[in-house]
Amino acid sequence: MNENYFYHALRIDHKICFGCTLCMRNCPTEAIRVRNGKATIYENKCVDCGECYKVCPSGAVYVAEDDFQSIYNFKHRVVLMPSVFLGQFPEDIRASQVYSVILEIGFTHVFEVEASAFLHSILSNKYIREHETKKPLISTFCPAIVRLIQVKFPALVDSLIPIKAPVDFTAIYIRKKLIEEGANPEDIGIFYITPCAAKIAATKSPVAEDASTVDGVLNMDTMYNIVLKEIKQKKEFNKNITANNDVTSDCVIFSLTNGERRLNNFKKSFAIDEIHNVIEFLERVEDDEIEDLDFLELRACDESCAGGILTCGNRFLINDRMMQRAKKLAERERNGETSRRKAIMNEREYLTQNSHVGRIKPRSMMVLDEDRSVAFQKLTKIKEIESKLPHTDCNVCGAPSCHALAEDVAFDRASMTDCVFMQRNLEKRGSLKVEESVEIMKNIWGEDKLKDYILNK
Amino acid sequence: MMHTEFIVVEGDFANAGKASSEIKKTLKQLNIDNQKIKKIVVAVYEAEVNAIAHAYGGTIFVDLDEEKICVLIKDKGPGIPDIARAMEKGYSTASAKVREMGFGAGMGLPNIKNNVDELDIQSEVGVGTEIKMIVNFNS
Ligand SMILES: Nc1ncnc2c1ncn2[C@@H]1O[C@H](COP(=O)(O)OP(=O)(O)OP(=O)(O)O)[C@@H](O)[C@H]1O
Ligand code: SF4
Ligand code: SF4
Ligand SMILES: [Mg+2]
Repeated sequence: MNENYFYHALRIDHKICFGCTLCMRNCPTEAIRVRNGKATIYENKCVDCGECYKVCPSGAVYVAEDDFQSIYNFKHRVVLMPSVFLGQFPEDIRASQVYSVILEIGFTHVFEVEASAFLHSILSNKYIREHETKKPLISTFCPAIVRLIQVKFPALVDSLIPIKAPVDFTAIYIRKKLIEEGANPEDIGIFYITPCAAKIAATKSPVAEDASTVDGVLNMDTMYNIVLKEIKQKKEFNKNITANNDVTSDCVIFSLTNGERRLNNFKKSFAIDEIHNVIEFLERVEDDEIEDLDFLELRACDESCAGGILTCGNRFLINDRMMQRAKKLAERERNGETSRRKAIMNEREYLTQNSHVGRIKPRSMMVLDEDRSVAFQKLTKIKEIESKLPHTDCNVCGAPSCHALAEDVAFDRASMTDCVFMQRNLEKRGSLKVEESVEIMKNIWGEDKLKDYILNK
Repeated sequence: MMHTEFIVVEGDFANAGKASSEIKKTLKQLNIDNQKIKKIVVAVYEAEVNAIAHAYGGTIFVDLDEEKICVLIKDKGPGIPDIARAMEKGYSTASAKVREMGFGAGMGLPNIKNNVDELDIQSEVGVGTEIKMIVNFNS
């Protein structure tokens, strides 16, 4: 079981959760149940997509984050800022202001993550061309998608492009540069501002490699609030600080939908965002229904990282600001005001040597047991239980569907009598007392929801 | 042994693939080899489409055990007068309407044959057709 353990950053605060079931009903992998009136997550089914976070009406779902103070464990404190971070700020705030504030709140260096996106796409495209037989090749940029494929589409795992993400390349680059400049490796702390829980999970337990390239992760909403407040309070900005010029115009929008696809010219490729759309499409890909497919850019969030759960503001507005910035950059590139050749490309060879992730393994949550005959017994049991359930998917048992309850019962995680219809039938037959039914309900929904309001009046 | 049934409705191309995708889900749970699953899905899908396109719909009976899957597709359609001919690559009597939907290349039955371990077709003109296919998981 241990090697199957994956870090998850999504947590549910049981002091706040009131058991409304919205997260459970929206979870694309049926990873949530209600127990004792609170939502709980089955860790091996969770892919960190953040759907629960998006729908929760009470803010009970939260994303665990590293303590900001931990940056002071290092002498050289680098922040890796994804382009989408800048996209959150209203038009009247300039990139240089954001940079100067970040350098004042404790960091010694700022670097934009997408600096390495161009190299990343060169290496990915090369890999795609060299692996015809594995087509369609699937981007590993979005960690929620990688995990989704591992648990739900194990047959497609070999199609995942085993190349590190831009954040890793950029981190490796900065570390090398600082060491060359004389920094002690132990004094370097690289912190990544993340737009989502999936990137945190991937950083804390990388999918196939064992060592993480960054030393800590900071949540984008927290950072946005800190930076915006500083900017609003400041009257004077340090005129000497300008925004770095590390990213080309086409890479600024790398994390938006079509960002990767735009950088290759394969005959047949798709860019699909939002996890339910992705699942629907992958069902078809898995059956070989779509012919001659070269490349798939798949992202868990609607509008890709502009819609990450930790971004602040509307995803369409963020998208628009990033597009505007790319346009302006492209104009400057055309006028020769800035070069498309960035310093990071001088390290191409070193980065290429360090570009591969290990083998990504399937970890199917579909398989009932590795042993087929045990799996068959389980399956028979599930079908038998399911045939006795009412198919109403009413959620009153604390599971997202009758099928999910049947599976839970077959694996001894729940009981047949958790179903209200079952309870009524057994009561009618005299084999279950009403008091016992109430006890069962209390276990699922908590004491509070079963208070006898009518009698108390 | 596990038994499941699916109803296939005449002309309902939009829902073709329901049975094969249900079967796919089940086989994934049993840890069956992915290549094998694909073969079964393709064969069942082709037979489903044939029942929709050439017959007046029908019923699919699936019998599953640890060793194999057996799928029987029964219809009360017009029947196949010359089965050997129907099995030929490229032979098709598909109507213009069916061709419009993108079917009618005459590749369905040959495709089924290629993907299964055992295939048995019984058909009587004016009565209907029964196609039985078996795939062994261990072969
Ligand atoms: N269930 C059936 N009832 C009656 N006729 C059938 C049935 N299945 C197949 N046939 C006949 O056999 C022919 C060949 O079938 P086959 O599936 O190989 O090709 P097709 O359905 O015409 O085209 P394709 O499957 O490539 O779309 C059909 O055109 C039809 O005449
Ligand atoms: S959405 Fe989930 S976590 Fe939020 S209150 Fe409802 S049950 Fe609790
Ligand atoms: S689309 Fe972007 S923000 Fe959303 S989960 Fe994937 S990597 Fe994170
Ligand atoms: Mg056919």
